[in-house]
Amino acid sequence: MKALGEAAGESAPAPEAESVRENDPASGSMESSRENADDPEGLIDLTSAEYKAGIQLQDPENELALRAMRRATTARIGLGRAGNRPSTRAMLSFRADHAMAKDAVMKPVDQKFLDRMGLHTVVSKCGDINEHLTRPDLGRQLTDESIKYIEENCVKNPQIQIYVSDGLSNAAIENNAEDLLSILMEGLKDQGIKLGTPFFVKYGRVPTMDKVSELTGAELTCVLIGERPGLAASDSMSAYITYGAYVGISESSRTVVSNIHKNGIQPVEAGAYLSELLLKILEAKKSGVEFKQ
Amino acid sequence: MRLKSLVGGKVYSFGSIKEVLGRANELKSGDMMAGIAARSDAERIAAKDVLSEMLVSDIRNAPVVPYEEDEVTRLNQDGVDARVYEKIRGWTISDLREYILSEKTSEEDIKVLRRGLTSEVIAAVCKLMSNLDLIYAAKKMPVQATCNTTCGGTGILSTRLQPNHTLDGIEGIRASTYDGLSYGCGDVLIGLNPVNDSVAGTSEVLKLFDEIKNTFEIPTQICVLAHITTQIEAVKRGAPCDMIFQSIAGSEKGNSAFGFSAETVREALALLREKGTAKGPNVLYFETGQGSELSSNAHFGADQVTMEARCYGFAKPFDPFMVNTVVGFIGPEFLYNSKQVIRAGLEDHFMAKLTGIPMGCDCCYTNHMDADQNDIENLAVLLAAAGVNYILSVPSGDDVMLNYQTNSYHDIMAVRKILGYHPIKEYEDWLKKMGIVDQYGAPTARFGDATIFTERR
Repeated sequence: MKALGEAAGESAPAPEAESVRENDPASGSMESSRENADDPEGLIDLTSAEYKAGIQLQDPENELALRAMRRATTARIGLGRAGNRPSTRAMLSFRADHAMAKDAVMKPVDQKFLDRMGLHTVVSKCGDINEHLTRPDLGRQLTDESIKYIEENCVKNPQIQIYVSDGLSNAAIENNAEDLLSILMEGLKDQGIKLGTPFFVKYGRVPTMDKVSELTGAELTCVLIGERPGLAASDSMSAYITYGAYVGISESSRTVVSNIHKNGIQPVEAGAYLSELLLKILEAKKSGVEFKQ
Repeated sequence: MRLKSLVGGKVYSFGSIKEVLGRANELKSGDMMAGIAARSDAERIAAKDVLSEMLVSDIRNAPVVPYEEDEVTRLNQDGVDARVYEKIRGWTISDLREYILSEKTSEEDIKVLRRGLTSEVIAAVCKLMSNLDLIYAAKKMPVQATCNTTCGGTGILSTRLQPNHTLDGIEGIRASTYDGLSYGCGDVLIGLNPVNDSVAGTSEVLKLFDEIKNTFEIPTQICVLAHITTQIEAVKRGAPCDMIFQSIAGSEKGNSAFGFSAETVREALALLREKGTAKGPNVLYFETGQGSELSSNAHFGADQVTMEARCYGFAKPFDPFMVNTVVGFIGPEFLYNSKQVIRAGLEDHFMAKLTGIPMGCDCCYTNHMDADQNDIENLAVLLAAAGVNYILSVPSGDDVMLNYQTNSYHDIMAVRKILGYHPIKEYEDWLKKMGIVDQYGAPTARFGDATIFTERR
């Protein structure tokens, strides 16, 4: 209570405010933290496993049991409480994960990233992110300009057409597509496969690949696309693969490899796995439920 | 029947009752995608005006899916009490709204009234209600149901404990269940959404829940929300099961896309009466949600509020123990933001209660919607004020399996405390016996400590 009184009347930090920061080696004056604005030294990332591990019910009746329970699930259990509400750190951890998920959906893929990968951008019929989120029917179609670009600039009738699309997570693309795509393309090239020209589809949905397949005349089409983010992973990418795709083909005709991200299937590992899988599907001439691995 | 209205100097006219029902809805992205939403706010009000003067008989005689083609329509129309209907068939939808809201209309009057209403009539009056109308009206029409215990009693706010796990890991499910029980959650149900829809997996989790329920003598219900046919097979092979679950839609075509029909539900009901572990008589659990019909192209050009009302019409003859809308799970193409989700949650609860369904709500959102945890905390308080039977609860609001967010274990006692609600009586007595709450129902040091359940294992 003393601290409250002091904080109200004086400019000096209250003693409690200092004690909160004592575990934080990076704490200092506001001035110095501004000078080193991007320096993470000593800070714990609110979205990290380390930060989450530090949030735990104090004085449980059975400490060992609590640890075993928390190991048994990724659910946010045994976190303790403030009255009938979560602790401050539990609340911040949750909101940080949600913020990552929201940003993954709403922020566009960085143009510099696309330039570095040499991917030209074509776009679905969605005019902006809100239309992308509310009109999946438009997200499955390409603009006339995009169609013209693909027709005039991309390899015709490839055996395998691979491309990248934002889907519902730009972070999935920025964090995983680069490593995966280069390994995948190299691996298939070594096998003498005729590959299509890769590009990026903005505001794309999975079935957009059917239109891409029709335009390029590809035998097999594979899209690397961002999945709807969860709190556990905002950057999960999937590869959807369709043999002989056409607009209106059934969803059961697709083979999918999902959960590609740093805490799931590593992008490098996924690249090697996918190049083998694509070759098998090409050989079998079928994908989806009809293709048995 | 008048099909046009003058608003702000412009005449708005409509081609059919179905069109009026669509245009009269509050703004929803799903109705926009379907091309049936009002094209301006003025047109929306014009449609509400036209709807307000339609007769109960006009709406009853124009079901949005034809009687001959659809068993949902048949169940609903055949269930209407002819004597009650005769008394109200000449009322306008405006008369119906004002009758429901009138202080002269009692809970008993509503019980009689609802026997004369079809789902389309219930959807119609919903479209003339403001959010506070929906809360105020729903509050005066409580609906109780009994499985092992009774939900929906006056002054009771219940919750389903949802201990989902990314791999259906038994010890992980047990841990999340203990955590929820220690927060006073799970009085209406301990219920898991499985990752793998298998008979063996479903049976294994049911056995776990049955063991926990019996070991700690918890007065509650258990269920595993696999496909109805999977649960039926599990029960046939001897799995302990209080209730069988299924997601339902407002048309036979929609239910067919879900892989079942009314006949499957009758089979489940008969099986539970023979081999179920619950006292009953109410042993079914249904989930709904605006937009599911459109997503399977089974909406027949009708709006998502009307199709949702028809889900309750389908559920009614099976006397379920619990029904909830998973209101914000479907995504922004059907409910774009928190305003639309909150509206839909209040609409669904009101329509179900007017139908006579023991209604709860999964106050939830996905990460590609314009909503956050604050919004569903709001919805939980609003629905509790409206007398909702139960809301959902998961560890810290984060469902790690379904990848969406709903209310936290923490929220339930907070909302009860704010609005003066209690858990189901037998369950509250059990919380006292376990020392989780004291004799006044207030949290003790054991509250929120999942490890108190490890002593007896």
